[in-house]
Amino acid sequence: MPQKPKSNLQDSSTQPNRSSLRPSVFWQLAEDIPPRLNWVLSGISLGLPLILWWGITTFGSIDPKFLPSPSAVIIAAQRLWGAGELQQDTIASLWRVGVSFLLSAALAIPVGILMGSFASIRALLEPLFGLMRYMPAPAFIPLLILYQGIDEAPKLSLIFIGTFFFNALMVMDTVKFVSKDLIEATYILGGNRLQTLAMVIFPHVIPGILDTCRINLASAWQLVIVAELIAATEGLGRRISVAGRFLRTDEIFVGLIVIGAIGLILDLLFQYVIRVCFKWSNNN
Amino acid sequence: MFVQIDNLSKQFDTQNGNITVLKNININIAEGEFVCVVGASGSGKSTLLRQIAGLDTPSSGEIRIGGVPVKGPSPDRGMVFQNYTLYPWMNVQENTEFGLKLQGVAKRERRERASYYLDVVGLSDFARSLPNQLSGGMKQRVAIARALVCEPKILLMDEPFGALDIHTKESMHEFIIDLWQRTKITILSITHDVEEAVFLSNRIFVLSSRPGTVKKELTINLAERGADAKRHAIFQDYRDELMGLLRQYGAEGLVAAKI
Repeated sequence: MPQKPKSNLQDSSTQPNRSSLRPSVFWQLAEDIPPRLNWVLSGISLGLPLILWWGITTFGSIDPKFLPSPSAVIIAAQRLWGAGELQQDTIASLWRVGVSFLLSAALAIPVGILMGSFASIRALLEPLFGLMRYMPAPAFIPLLILYQGIDEAPKLSLIFIGTFFFNALMVMDTVKFVSKDLIEATYILGGNRLQTLAMVIFPHVIPGILDTCRINLASAWQLVIVAELIAATEGLGRRISVAGRFLRTDEIFVGLIVIGAIGLILDLLFQYVIRVCFKWSNNN
Repeated sequence: MFVQIDNLSKQFDTQNGNITVLKNININIAEGEFVCVVGASGSGKSTLLRQIAGLDTPSSGEIRIGGVPVKGPSPDRGMVFQNYTLYPWMNVQENTEFGLKLQGVAKRERRERASYYLDVVGLSDFARSLPNQLSGGMKQRVAIARALVCEPKILLMDEPFGALDIHTKESMHEFIIDLWQRTKITILSITHDVEEAVFLSNRIFVLSSRPGTVKKELTINLAERGADAKRHAIFQDYRDELMGLLRQYGAEGLVAAKI
């Protein structure tokens, strides 16, 4: 009779227990954390850098030309606000982003839906869009100035070029989430292709489209600053550029913080709209 | 015959060459019959249903329903999918009306007809609910109501209860039998669930695997199809016979697939 391997003969009670997965609150994979912990951690995320900033500028001996204190930045913000410049700059930048992103989305959404729905349109446009996407929009600035001068047009074009291809390709991807069964079910209920496109695919992808816009609005917001750094008479990018020339570091900080805050507010606004208006897509 | 499937074959071009999924299928169904097609996985039973629905075109052979050849999908043939396929942004009422909306039926008539069938499937109280608020069995009842509203000549079901838990499945079996007896509609259902097939059908077609061919036609004569039917000896005889057939032809398919 063959001898059994020794380990199998051991009494199970003498074997060390294999360790079981220990419960954890902080390190749970793919699970929510308690709301209170969520708030505390989010508070630390914003609060800790602020405290560090305050501490360094108060107790360190750093030239305020390099790093102004939080209070100096607040004073600068009040000064710019009082002069009306901050509002003017913010409106100018928001207007540029608004107009050009709206144009970009208005064109990219139908194109993206067509690309997602029809393999033929996809084959026709995807190679070109895929290529254009990898050309950084700021690299087009010299050309845009050559073609359109230094007025508003090249700034709007820059944002358009920088967001259109991403918008179209990402909208195309959202169409992939419409199940083939749902499309076929529509045919069986008597729907033609146009009806299926307009009454099934389109409503199905609206939340995905809004999410795409939310993500790409961030690049639009970055590009407007880039555009204004080159040539502009007003705008948050212009403000930073001018402040840099005169070593007004506090104003640079004001510009950066306002840019970040507006971006965050827009992002949260989109998230809120998607969550409230499209309850049906939340649980899926 | 009401449904005539003559010599239907279907081949697919794949990377591994031409594969015959269905071969010389002949199936006739009388008006008002409840027929199940049973086969192991790989028997092409879903492919068969897609041909009948008009979602795909046979490589050869013909399908006629009420004498009219099938050319493409149409509301004449209602279909219920395994994974419900409800429109997630529409409530139950809107889902049920949708076929009529696509066909240009006026709003008022749409509402009335949908309400009637929601009542038939027992979901009138949930008309305003969204699909993701419903259980699996309820979703499937909405899908059935949505198909019936178009008043199809035949109801096609592709493993309709495959995703449901056993208790829901059994109550859905009783529900669909009751519905069938009340509406007198012709039903063709695809399943791999042997008990389901025996419980529901007048006749069962057994498909072999790779290629799918009709190996056997069973006529089921159950005196009653109530909740107790599954415990009767005759039910169990049918079940055992069908199980044996599936084992036999399913195994053949497996051997064939290896060669």
